[in-house]
Amino acid sequence: MSDFSIFRIAGSALQAQSVRLNTVASNLANADTVAGTPDAVYKARMPVFETELNAAAEQAGVRVSEIVQSTEEPTRIHRPGHPDADEQGYVYATNVNPVEEMVNMISASRSYQTSAEVLNTGKDLILKTLELGR
Amino acid sequence: MAAGLDKLYGIHAQSLALQQQRLQHVAANIANADTPNYRAKDIDFQTALAQAAGASDSPALQRTNDRHLNIAGIATAAPAGVATERDSTQPSQDGNTVELHREQAAFADAALRYRASLQFAQGRLTTLMSAIRGE
Repeated sequence: MSDFSIFRIAGSALQAQSVRLNTVASNLANADTVAGTPDAVYKARMPVFETELNAAAEQAGVRVSEIVQSTEEPTRIHRPGHPDADEQGYVYATNVNPVEEMVNMISASRSYQTSAEVLNTGKDLILKTLELGR
Repeated sequence: MAAGLDKLYGIHAQSLALQQQRLQHVAANIANADTPNYRAKDIDFQTALAQAAGASDSPALQRTNDRHLNIAGIATAAPAGVATERDSTQPSQDGNTVELHREQAAFADAALRYRASLQFAQGRLTTLMSAIRGE
């Protein structure tokens, strides 16, 4: 454990997965939002992961390159009494799919746990190495 | 005695360096478990260790002049394993070849071997210390 790149790698994974968890939280929080126009309504957001190449080392971490918005059409709902409704009485509901978000959340939290475990094991090994000769 | 100290840890010093490298590769694979088009990498430990062991047995440089540096006692550089891409048994839609359960097993394996090498190195050091103390 001469250099500490295992911390850098696992740390980058924790960071990326926590961004993913945050977008899921944001999507779920907005699962029921409606707006008067299709453009104004909240769109589901999702992070795009990309390998973070380090010139010095072959081992690569991960980072979020961008956060894209879903291009799926928002659902049109007829609700004439709604304060945001347009002239025809329609409001537009967000395109967030709660089931998809829950699955995404489970996947992200499993990946986060695994990387946290990697970090812990790496730390244990380095500590043990420091005790060599005592 | 200096040359003796270099050899004290024997193959375990190189084994530690290689296992560390392997741990980093597997950690990178786990970190990129959800990255599209990422290809899992690993080092072939057997080949790398054989190379490292062979390197330390290579003939010493010839000194034709007294002012040439004597490199015999200088430890060889840390062994570097060559990373190879690992194929997945279950191809996925996004081109990612990481299989998390396999990586977890590989990580546990590398961590255990690292601990084992550390234990052996510690043992050799303890042996030397008790020889010095004359107990």
